[in-house]
Amino acid sequence: MRQRSLIAITAALAAGALTLTACGSRDGDGGSDSSGGGTTVVIGVDAPLTGDLSALGLGIKNSVDLAVKTANKEKFVEGVTFKIEALDDQAQPSSGQQNATKLVANKDVLGVVGPLNSNIAESMQKVFDDANLVEVSPANTNPALTQGPDWQTKKERPYKSYFRTATTDAIQGPFAAQYVYNDAKKKKVFVIDDKKTYGAGLAATFSAEFKKLGGQVVGTEHIDPETKDFSAVATKVKSSGADVVYYGGEYPQAGPLSKQIKAAGANIPLVGGDGIYSADFIKLAGATATGDLATSVGAPVEELPSAKEFVANYKAEGYKEAYEAYGGYSYDSAWAIIEAVKKVVDDNNGELPEDARAKVTEAMQGVSFDGVTGKVSFDEFGDATNKQLTVYSVENGAWKPAKSGTYEG
Amino acid sequence: MNELPQQLVNGLLLGSMYGLVAIGYTMVYGIVQLINFAHGEIFMVGGFGALTVYLYVLPDGTSLWVALPLMLIGGIIVAILVAVGAERFAYRPLRTAPRLAPLITAIGLSLALQQAVWAWYPDARSAITFPQIDGGPFEIGSVTIQTGDIFLLVAAPISMAILAYFVMKTRTGRGMQATAQDPDTAKLMGINTDRIIVVAFALGAAFAAVGAVAYGLKYGEVQFRMGFILGLKAFTAAVLGGIGNIYGAMLGGLVLGVAEALSTAYISDIPGMDQFGSQSWANVWAFVLLILVLLFRPQGLLGERVADRA
Repeated sequence: MRQRSLIAITAALAAGALTLTACGSRDGDGGSDSSGGGTTVVIGVDAPLTGDLSALGLGIKNSVDLAVKTANKEKFVEGVTFKIEALDDQAQPSSGQQNATKLVANKDVLGVVGPLNSNIAESMQKVFDDANLVEVSPANTNPALTQGPDWQTKKERPYKSYFRTATTDAIQGPFAAQYVYNDAKKKKVFVIDDKKTYGAGLAATFSAEFKKLGGQVVGTEHIDPETKDFSAVATKVKSSGADVVYYGGEYPQAGPLSKQIKAAGANIPLVGGDGIYSADFIKLAGATATGDLATSVGAPVEELPSAKEFVANYKAEGYKEAYEAYGGYSYDSAWAIIEAVKKVVDDNNGELPEDARAKVTEAMQGVSFDGVTGKVSFDEFGDATNKQLTVYSVENGAWKPAKSGTYEG
Repeated sequence: MNELPQQLVNGLLLGSMYGLVAIGYTMVYGIVQLINFAHGEIFMVGGFGALTVYLYVLPDGTSLWVALPLMLIGGIIVAILVAVGAERFAYRPLRTAPRLAPLITAIGLSLALQQAVWAWYPDARSAITFPQIDGGPFEIGSVTIQTGDIFLLVAAPISMAILAYFVMKTRTGRGMQATAQDPDTAKLMGINTDRIIVVAFALGAAFAAVGAVAYGLKYGEVQFRMGFILGLKAFTAAVLGGIGNIYGAMLGGLVLGVAEALSTAYISDIPGMDQFGSQSWANVWAFVLLILVLLFRPQGLLGERVADRA
């Protein structure tokens, strides 16, 4: 009976592999060799540079690269040359943690921009905090990252080295709920999430506010982000009689989900957070995506006067990939680190002090400047003080801003 | 609204795709007792082959009705070339090695193929859109069938019929059966077993390519990782139906697809089972089903034809 036991082994392997999926780590480009005169300061980047979410990740990397190039060109910090070291986390928490360890080990790294995913941030925060290395995320929206796991009742900052330029789900979910209920006049929602930290958190804050406003949640569903077949879910949505779908998750699943829901005959808009605010969402969702909505942090980058320069410079550098949803925030995150380094260097007679990392983390708290996305500064939890959000809708195959505003409790 | 008919159709469509891919696992296993874990990637390169024909070979704006047969042929050719190449250079040198050696080789080949497409196919680092059939969905009673699913609906039964005819009626097909029963005796009777093995790989690859084109049309995209999970599901389907049995592969696929659709739709309605019913639990229920079937029928639903060779 040899083959039968072989089948048993392989079946077990298969089941294990289903949960693990392909892992591995691939180094991004960049590097940390110091060359030329003066001091070299490396700004680390951690983002998914390959795989499903690479469109967002590469936008982050390029924007940080642009900030670094701008600082070097302007000689923003006298005697200091900035470099980036971009590592690929493949949207896997284990890779993220490895990258964090690697960045900590490089003594020239004084700040890190990233990651994209909230669940990866969870795996990195402690590594960075133990090394006193400042981390600024352009995209994490989970409230617990800055306000502790009991953020709804008792806010407590877990890591003093973690900052973000993005607004939290605690604001984004309710903001979407208000728009859907008050402006789009939808009363019956079907809530779907992907069970990840980001998606589930967003879906929960949306549902709570939607119910508070008087709306009805007619069904909930959690999808498996590894598959592309959502036909069974789409059929459930159709028969639930919902007039809108809220999806907490990211565009690689949201695109096909939107498409399959409409194909199943439920002609209702899909609403999501900044994780679906990507041109790739429209590409994957196809022609029926028209009318789908996404909230994203900040005012539309293209409309801010401060952002015009960023957009122009980004184009001039000739990056192959678009800056995507987080480009402006990534630029501002990198620039915040550069500002903090400048302050530390200025306070120390133009040289980097011995405990540069701790000093930079300290200086970060007081950083304040006019960035691409508006005024950039951080509150006592490390959250951005800029709480602006924008609703975008799909029209003629592109995201168009529908409404900007700030959410007030 | 009663959603049962629609959910059954959803499950059968998904299951047909599993079945098409499962045939490749089961045929290769039936003949050389190798679980070809790279078969999911053969499926993937089939999809990319078809896409290449559409994007780079045919002139822009070619009607999909003209393009589809050519894409299908292109996908099949690419899949067969990769599968036969893998057999010749990766598996054949290991034919007499212990069983685990080719198994590990297959896993390595699977990763290598994924990474090769990731690295060298233009824009393959994220999903690439696949051409879509125009036109609205068809309504049959309360059941909606997408235009993209029509291909699968037609191709799966035709593929099965062709395969059954081939295996039962042709000389090569009977040679395959003989090799599956006893390769040494088959060789003594004048069957070129090396050729038969190549044919088994090629046939499996061709069906996987048909499945990949169906996947592209159904979901509107192909990507370098698409064969990984689907390959595992297809392997599960092959075991469920009875590995080594081609009808079992198809049946296993259908059962698995329906089980996933129904568990997504109905388990959450059972009182107290609310949190186990969402689609993220569909895999769990699929494997529960597999375990149950293997407990009571270790040979799979239709039984393995080659059980006597253990």
